[in-house]
Amino acid sequence: MRVKAPIQPSGRGANLKPYSLATFGWSLWIRFFLVTVKIKINGEEKEFAAGLSVDGLLGHLQIRPGRVVVELNREIVSRDAFGGTMLAEGDTLEIVHFVGGG
Amino acid sequence: MEDVLQLAGTKYRSRLIVGTGKYKDFEETRRAIEVSGAEIVTVAVRRVNITDPNKENLLDYLDPKKYTILPNTAGCYTAEDAVRTCRLAREAGVGKLVKLEVIGDDKTLFPDIPATLEAAKILVNEGFVVLPYINDDPITAKKLENIGCAAVMPLAAPIGSGLGIRNPYNIRIILEHATVPVIVDAGVGTASDAAIAMEMGCHGVLMNTAIASAKDPILMAEAMRLGVEAGRKAYLAGRIPKKLYATASSPLDGILN
Repeated sequence: MRVKAPIQPSGRGANLKPYSLATFGWSLWIRFFLVTVKIKINGEEKEFAAGLSVDGLLGHLQIRPGRVVVELNREIVSRDAFGGTMLAEGDTLEIVHFVGGG
Repeated sequence: MEDVLQLAGTKYRSRLIVGTGKYKDFEETRRAIEVSGAEIVTVAVRRVNITDPNKENLLDYLDPKKYTILPNTAGCYTAEDAVRTCRLAREAGVGKLVKLEVIGDDKTLFPDIPATLEAAKILVNEGFVVLPYINDDPITAKKLENIGCAAVMPLAAPIGSGLGIRNPYNIRIILEHATVPVIVDAGVGTASDAAIAMEMGCHGVLMNTAIASAKDPILMAEAMRLGVEAGRKAYLAGRIPKKLYATASSPLDGILN
């Protein structure tokens, strides 16, 4: 089930390669069968429609991307790559920011 | 004469570093920090509340262009967690400065020194400017300095205890041997505690609870600014030696008889 999209700084959907048969099949699958994926975000398991990028997720959660740092499966996702990083079933995501501390 | 605190090549006029925890709200945080005159402020790295993402962010109140943001690793009990937290903090784009604290026990919040040393090595190698929170132990201070930490930050007393400097003799030994700035971190209760640290020759003082949990945090922030300044000036001025007996201040000549 895991589709690891290449990290591209050019925004959502940029990872879809229309000429690749595998990717084409996958996008059809999303469109016609409305697949959902379970993702663990900050320790809580959540379900989303498949085909969501980090950017899309932050938008959905109403979180400003400029103020947070995202870690996907223990690896930091740079802000430039938010749009091109797709989330898949079983991913573990940490979204952190600065809070008051001493 | 320019008297500045120098950390990894950057000069700071203020020798008071303040935390941003425990305030009533962000507005109070902002005001207290402004009054304290601090140029470096500490912050913690935590998960965003995804079910209720607060629209306001601490950094909306603390302009990173105006203040040097010093992320801490508070709450980390292993070197691995501390390193992970620092990497996340660096990704936020506020610079390379980190306050390294690896906690050994949640009752005393004393540092786990072997883990602190381990994390410091990794972080220095990765190019971080590491300011480690340590016990008032001269050996640990030396080891961390040798690893390449930009300063050492011995505690005055347990975090949030307000007990003031419990072991001034150890702080003096640390000061005597350190070639990096010595910043007293944690345990300060009131302005005189900060002044004492500065009079001893410490290069800076870091505090949070003493200001944030005072009855009037804004007024205490000002008191701390003045305490640090007074202590620093007294250190530079050079105090008189302590004597057991009196020395008259007025001339002994010309006394009426």
